[in-house]
Amino acid sequence: MRHIISILLENEPGALSRVVGLFSQRNFNIESLNVAPTEDATLSRLTVTTVGDDRIVEQITKQLNKLIDVVKLVDLTEGNHIERELMLVKVKALGAQRDEVKRTADIFRAQVVDVAPGVYTVQIAGDAGKLDAFVQAMAPIGILEVARTGVSGIARGDKMLSL
Amino acid sequence: MSGSGVLPHSIFVTHSEGEMTLETSRGETTVELLSGADMIARFLKDEGVEYIYGYPGGAALHIYDALFRQDDVKHILVRHEQAATHAADGYARASGKPGTVLVTSGPGATNAVTGIATAYMDSIPMVVLCGQVASHLIGEDAFQETDIIGVTRPIVKHSFSIRHPAEIPMVLKKAYYLAASGRPGPVVVDIPKDMTAPTERYEYVYPKKVKLRSYNPVTRGHSGQIKKAVDLMLKARRPVFYTGGGIVTGRACEALTDLVCRLGYPITTTLMGIGAYPQSDRQSLGWLGMHGSYESNMAMHHADLIIAIGARFDDRVTNSTSKFCPTAKIVHVDIDPSSISKTVRADVPIVGPAGSVINEMISLVQDREPTNPEALTEWWQKIDGWREERRGKLYEPAEPGEPLKPEQVIEEICRVTRGEAYVTTDVGQHQMFAGQYYKFDKPNRFITSGGLGTMGFGFPAAMGVKQSYPDDDVICVTGEGSFQMMMQELSTCKQYGIGVKIVNLNNGSLGMVRQWQDLNYKSRHAHSYMESLPDFQKLIEAYGFTALRVESPEELEPALERAFADKNELVFLDIYVDPREHVYPMHVPLGSMRDMLLSKTERT
Ligand SMILES: Cc1ncc(C[n+]2csc(CCOP(=O)(O)OP(=O)(O)O)c2C)c(N)n1
Ligand SMILES: [Mg+2]
Repeated sequence: MRHIISILLENEPGALSRVVGLFSQRNFNIESLNVAPTEDATLSRLTVTTVGDDRIVEQITKQLNKLIDVVKLVDLTEGNHIERELMLVKVKALGAQRDEVKRTADIFRAQVVDVAPGVYTVQIAGDAGKLDAFVQAMAPIGILEVARTGVSGIARGDKMLSL
Repeated sequence: MSGSGVLPHSIFVTHSEGEMTLETSRGETTVELLSGADMIARFLKDEGVEYIYGYPGGAALHIYDALFRQDDVKHILVRHEQAATHAADGYARASGKPGTVLVTSGPGATNAVTGIATAYMDSIPMVVLCGQVASHLIGEDAFQETDIIGVTRPIVKHSFSIRHPAEIPMVLKKAYYLAASGRPGPVVVDIPKDMTAPTERYEYVYPKKVKLRSYNPVTRGHSGQIKKAVDLMLKARRPVFYTGGGIVTGRACEALTDLVCRLGYPITTTLMGIGAYPQSDRQSLGWLGMHGSYESNMAMHHADLIIAIGARFDDRVTNSTSKFCPTAKIVHVDIDPSSISKTVRADVPIVGPAGSVINEMISLVQDREPTNPEALTEWWQKIDGWREERRGKLYEPAEPGEPLKPEQVIEEICRVTRGEAYVTTDVGQHQMFAGQYYKFDKPNRFITSGGLGTMGFGFPAAMGVKQSYPDDDVICVTGEGSFQMMMQELSTCKQYGIGVKIVNLNNGSLGMVRQWQDLNYKSRHAHSYMESLPDFQKLIEAYGFTALRVESPEELEPALERAFADKNELVFLDIYVDPREHVYPMHVPLGSMRDMLLSKTERT
């Protein structure tokens, strides 16, 4: 099963490499990884999506918790949560393609954020499934480049990952 | 780098002695100003560190100079950095206190890697101070630069880089705290040379307390879970205690012995847990696993309840996990949650320190009795039956004229030292024989590289032990293969007068490798025997020590008497043993715990 694990990490040099190293060292899989500072300058938030059975995911969370730089973590997939990923896609947009790109973007509630001769850049946010579907829809038109941020997420309601 | 964020509130600056200005926010004038290097020396003293094992080099020279100007902390100069880590490790295993290592950058630090990994696998508290090139050179492939934080990342409990001299006391405090608390382990501190510059001095205060918001090792287990475990324990019909190194590091041996005696249940320990419960007691089945005793492996396989405490279901214990203890429920107590249900699913997981959990168990069993006394009596009959089956058949003693058997050598050493010596080992057949035939009634006495299986560990580890226990016999049981990996340390022993006894079970081959080749490769002995061995007697004598050669059974006893006559004298015993001997029992690969070879011709 796919799991989304969000981690509050000490904002220390080398902390990220400990997390990433742990995954390769213990043969855990990383599907996507997203990391950025938080409102607290001493912490960064890292979200990793991984696939594994219950035993493996239990090991992943336990091993992560053991890292001294990991302050707190949550497996978002254990409860209701919001999952978002941002993607920027460059697509071919020549002649009739321009309309088609725009139409498809509208259907997915994506926005054209940059225009150049023959090229549109489209921005889309959503869960990973929606982004995959958008890529599929655009593929026949001609995708030139894809940049995805990796999944970020947050629990629904008043549940929080904070100190 | 946010240097300012880490500075203490009172600042002081000086670049040359004499023109020192000092202001403190508290208006005190008696604050000490020390260079980073002097802070390290002072901190080690304040932390109560007795010995540092180390080796100098450019990036560590400021620190060495600071050590030169004090006499509180004794520095032992080894002859190879790997030996420094093993010696500190041996010291830690015997004394329970963290070991301390000091090495220089680059090759000094990489030489220490094997010892760090050895300590990591066996959860041994150790702090390794590594010199590093000056901060402004980092990343430039400077002379003797290695990213040792990166190199050691998977084999440390944690690591630090010093970014400002003022943070040295706090970082070192954290390092010792992390190394020794919770599930212990090695901590590396990387110290760029400019952090220890003699010209820059900062306020030194020994940090008495340390707190890490992301690290709070548990101090007790969950009471509901402990109660559940105790209920299972009292109802059990075929229980076995299976305990490991966590009992020893957790200083829970007395509590364990109390609990096990109260219940009257059998106990088997891991190699790392040897001595946590007296092996001469009837309830002790010895140790378990690949080369564990027949009765302990049989008891584990047939048990209906396994009470695992401070052990980690390592593959050298379980054999195939899918066939592991098919009829048993499992209670698993460990201070490290990630050890629980890692390889074998626990029915009652308890996260907590062994000592406090066991004490809570004791208070719960205090005025209760096991509810199946007849089943337990039957269980003991079965166990005694297994014991009886193997009695007198463990090995065949040498006939007159035949070479000595390694097993009988260890038995004889145990007798001569009354089972009271500290025994370190290297890795191979001799290690297993030492574990099987020396009987330990006390913990911290059998000192061996369990998890990593590091050849070369035994001799330097013995040096570290001997320094904390100068009045005891400290024996390194080794093989001619392993000894040659660290034999340069004879020179260290000479310098400091370290009187360890070295027992070389000389089978002229990499015996354990050879055994596997006998069993799995039709005796094709690819590179497992040692041609051109040195004349060990001459070698030892070159360092000014005594060496005795034992080639026949009747020479053994007098040689041992001679070797153990003086506790302060290093004596090397080169004992020629039967090169064809195998270690048994031995788990059959991919089998269950009861699937064992019992000799060259018998299997279960
Ligand atoms: C550093 C290292 N290299 C290789 C091995 C693999 N190994 C395990 S036992 C062994 C043979 C050890 O020979 P010796 O020290 O003579 O002991 P014996 O088995 O003969 O008693 C070897 C090579 C190891 N454990 N450690
Ligand atoms: Mg040998």
